Order: sequence, then C-alpha cells, then structure tokens
Amino acid sequence: MKLAICAGPATTGKTSVLRHLTRRLINNGLHPAFLKIDVQFADEDEVFAREFEIPARKIYSGELCPDHCSVLILGDALQWAQKADADVLLVETAGLCLRCAPYVDGGLGLMVMEATSGMNLPRKVGPMLSLADIAVVTKIDLVSQAEREVFRARIIEAAPGVRVREVNALYGIGMDPLVDHILNTPDIPEQLVLRGNPPVGTCTICVGKKEIGWQSHFGVVRALNNQNFYRGE
Amino acid sequence: MIQQITILGGHGKDSTPEPVARIDLSMGQVISIVGPTGSGKTTFINDIELFANGDTPTGRRILIDGKTPPAQYREDPSLNPIALITQHTNFLSDLPVGEFLRTHAGIRTNDGGMVSSLMEKTLDFANQLTGEPVIASIRMTELSGGQTRALLIADATIICNTPIVLLDEVENAGIHRTRALELLRQYKKIFVFVTHDPRIALLSDARIVMQNGCVTQFIETDAAERLFAGAVTRIDDTLTKLRERIRMGGRMTMEDVREHAAFTAMEAKA
Ligand SMILES: Nc1nc2c(ncn2[C@@H]2O[C@H](COP(=O)(O)OP(=O)(O)OP(=O)(O)O)[C@@H](O)[C@H]2O)c(=O)[nH]1
Ligand SMILES: Nc1ncnc2c1ncn2[C@@H]1O[C@H](COP(=O)(O)OP(=O)(O)O)[C@@H](O)[C@H]1O
Ligand SMILES: [Mg+2]
Ligand SMILES: [Mg+2]
Ligand SMILES: [Zn+2]
Repeated sequence: MKLAICAGPATTGKTSVLRHLTRRLINNGLHPAFLKIDVQFADEDEVFAREFEIPARKIYSGELCPDHCSVLILGDALQWAQKADADVLLVETAGLCLRCAPYVDGGLGLMVMEATSGMNLPRKVGPMLSLADIAVVTKIDLVSQAEREVFRARIIEAAPGVRVREVNALYGIGMDPLVDHILNTPDIPEQLVLRGNPPVGTCTICVGKKEIGWQSHFGVVRALNNQNFYRGE
Repeated sequence: MIQQITILGGHGKDSTPEPVARIDLSMGQVISIVGPTGSGKTTFINDIELFANGDTPTGRRILIDGKTPPAQYREDPSLNPIALITQHTNFLSDLPVGEFLRTHAGIRTNDGGMVSSLMEKTLDFANQLTGEPVIASIRMTELSGGQTRALLIADATIICNTPIVLLDEVENAGIHRTRALELLRQYKKIFVFVTHDPRIALLSDARIVMQNGCVTQFIETDAAERLFAGAVTRIDDTLTKLRERIRMGGRMTMEDVREHAAFTAMEAKA
C-alpha cells in the first residue's frame, strides 16, 4: 500500500489536484482510496465515490487539530483501505494548524499552495511546507510568469529541500510529474512514524479548552515573559 | 543558443485534429497570432510557455531545436528560454516593485553583481512605455493596468532577456504600443504577438490564424502586404492622433486628417 498525504490551506486546490491524480492513477492500473480529514464539514468523500467509484470516506476532527487527529486515525484508515482492496491511499487534510504537519515517513507529503496567495505565505506556513516532499503550486493561470517565478523562489528559500511543481488544477496541466512521484513512492513500512517533531506536548487548547490565560491550561504552557514551561495537574 | 522552436499540432475544442500540424519558428522571426476572441490564442502561447507535451487540453507538443525540452527549463528559471507576457493587467503580489524586480533578476541571472543594474534598466524601460511613472517603492498591487503591462514587458525584455518572447495582446495594454515594438525589435529573438492590430500583424514575418481552438492557417506576409504596411501605419498614426486629441479634451477637426487625406489622394493618383 502506498500513501500520499496532501495538506494545504483552505480552497487552495487540494481536491482539484487529487481528482486529477486519481484519474491518472486509475489509468495507470492502480486502485486508489480517498480519505478527507476536516474540522467540521467536508463533502469530498461523496465527490470521489461518485466520480471514480473508489472507496472514499471522511472524518471530522472536531475539537482536535486535524493533524493530531490524523496521527490517531491513520493506522485504522490504512487498514480500511487495505480491506477495500486499494493499493494507494490519498489523504486530503485541511492543514489548519500551522504548527503541525501531517506527513509520515515512507509516505509522500504534498503541500498545496496557490500562486495567488501573498509572497510571504511560504515564510509563514512552517513545517506544513518544510516537511513536505513536494510543494504543489496551483492557480498558475491566474498570475504572471514573473510572479510565479518569484513565488517559486520564495518557497525554495523557505524550504530548500522541497521540490516545487506548478500546476493548473482546473485543466490538470503539470500533473504528470506528480503522478510519477506517487508511482515511485515505495509501499509504506510496517511501523509508520510522523515526520519531524510534533509541536510540544499535548495542548489543552487544541482539545477545546477555551479559557484565556495559561493559568487555565496544562502541559507545556508559557506566560508573556517566560519561555515554555511544564505545568502538571 | 536556441535556433528553432516547433509546435506540433494537437486538436481543437471539438477534438478534430489541428489543420496545421507543424509550425517551425526560427531565431529572429516575428510572428503574430490572430483570430476571434475565444479561438485559443492565449492557450496557444501558454502551450509554448508550458512546453506542452500532450499534457494540456490541446494535445500540442513543443520541440526546441527539434527535441523535447529538458525538464530543467521548468525547474530552473535561469535556464528557461521563454518569457511570457500574459494578458494580466494587475499583479497579485504584494511586494514593492523594487524588491520584486530584484528577486526576479536574482532568479533569472547567474551574475549576482548585475541585479541592481538590471532592476534600474527595467524600471527605465517600463517608464518609456507608460506616462504614469513606475517607481521602485510602489507596491505591485497599486500599479494601474498600463503600469502593470509596461513593467511586465520591461521585465521580460531586460530581466528575462530570453531568446523567445511571447506577448499577449500588447495593444490592449494602455501603453505606447509603437514605442514598445521599436524597443523590442532591437533585440534579436523569436517574438510571438497575440494581436488584433493590423499594424502589428503587418510588421510580422507571418501570422498564425486560429479558429475554434485550432491553427487553421499560417500566412506569410507577402510583398503586396509589405507595401501596404506604410498606408496602414499612416491610418493608425492618424487615429492615434485623434485619440490623443479627445483624451486631452480637444475638438477634432478636418485639420487632423488633412495630412492623411493628402497622402491617400497622392497614392490614388500613382
Ligand atoms: N483558476 C484556477 N482555479 C483553481 C485551480 N485549482 C483549484 N481552483 C479552484 O479553486 C477552488 C477551490 O478548489 P478545491 O480543489 O476545492 O480546494 P481545496 O483545497 O480542496 O479546498 P477545501 O478542501 O475546501 O479547503 C475551486 O473553485 C477550484 O475550481 C487552478 O489551478 N486554477
Ligand atoms: N485546442 C483546444 N482544445 C480545448 N479547449 C481549448 C482549445 N483551445 C482553446 N481552448 C479553450 O477555449 C477557451 C478560450 O481560449 P483562449 O485561449 O482564452 O482564447 P483567446 O485568447 O483567443 O480569446 C479557453 O477556455 C481554452 O481553455
Ligand atoms: Mg477539498
Ligand atoms: Mg486571450
Ligand atoms: Zn496542532
């Protein structure tokens, strides 16, 4: 079983990219399954089930950060995909929390960004970009060639090891290299490990405790004038 | 140095094969692309810029010097032999003009010492194309349509300085169109202009005619058309003068076209 995890800010074109990839993977004789992880609403599972007749489902992370949620459920999801006779699992995740990244060692990490977002975005997104294998830049049809090139340079500057692939996800232009990347990804290892370091501790904010002020929280916290410190119960 | 670019035909919007199956363009040629709105002109030059390899909606393929272009052209902009000036009349980038041009120059050139002078030359070129001054400290998003297009053309010519330049509808740019052509033609390159403008079309060595997503004809500018180019230029200059007159709040009089009328009468006699 191969695994590709696709993260990126809202409405950047993750679903559009994955739809083109799914069609091409099927044409290459593979059997993809699709999983969407989102906070409170998603309909991509229905789209993929209808359009490609492949196993597709979604999970709402609710009060958890979607990437934390992914760590907890990915094992089950791979078993589900295996039972459904899939040989590649495509995961789309909302990537809302810029402290975490959902990619795992042995799977392909795709980060989707739109060329229309500000030039500073690559500097802001942190591990979601720097831990990815490939930065997929969508909506290249909406900007000038010069802006596209400067945006690419900003990505490489922020994440030197990441490969940049520019696509028009409306028409599926530039998708073939991405398909090759998936085809060349080996099957996942027995034990999956999250790539990079997750953010410190288990954060009570992530799990929905809303009170303002570190005095209300546990785990690794910080006050305005201190470094992080551990606050046990 | 690149000598030739080849466009191998694909198929039209209704999947019929493209009537002109192969076009070869050589260094130094100026080519126009003409056709009704929606006929696929922009798509055609985008195919060239993307080094289409059967992977765009048209199925076209692009060869450079007879071969499939290497992947590095897309990976490393300093190797990319193509500059594309898109139809965009606004930037989405929020950087100041100077910083943007510096970054772009740094990407396109291998000589880091040239960056500042390239930026200044680019601004200077842009300012020859538009009356509204383009200065380094303005944010890109604040530029008008004319300033944006002037900067795109200047950037492509000075910073990209590639052997192949593709230009989408220069006449709609709100810039000094003839000045742009004069400046551009000082560089020996392959120029491809998408245009509706007879004057630009007649300046070209040939024109590609598009219909319904396909190239339907490749027409070389013949001797009769070249002779006629002078008359078209005069008509165009006359109209440009009239346009300038109303823009400045003036009245139009017969005086404005007298020179032109005299020429026409003379030519009719000859
Ligand atoms: N012009 C253009 N539009 C695009 C491109 N890619 C995606 N879009 C449009 O962007 C919008 C959002 O695309 P989606 O694929 O739904 O984005 P997403 O990242 O899956 O969005 P969420 O899952 O809702 O966060 C849609 O209207 C797409 O048609 C592109 O390359 N060019
Ligand atoms: N050969 C083709 N096959 C399929 N669609 C095409 C083809 N050529 C153009 N199109 C589509 O037609 C539309 C108009 O094309 P465009 O290049 O913008 O036209 P123009 O620049 O001449 O106004 C676009 O949506 C484009 O994707
Ligand atoms: Mg989506
Ligand atoms: Mg067009
Ligand atoms: Zn988180």
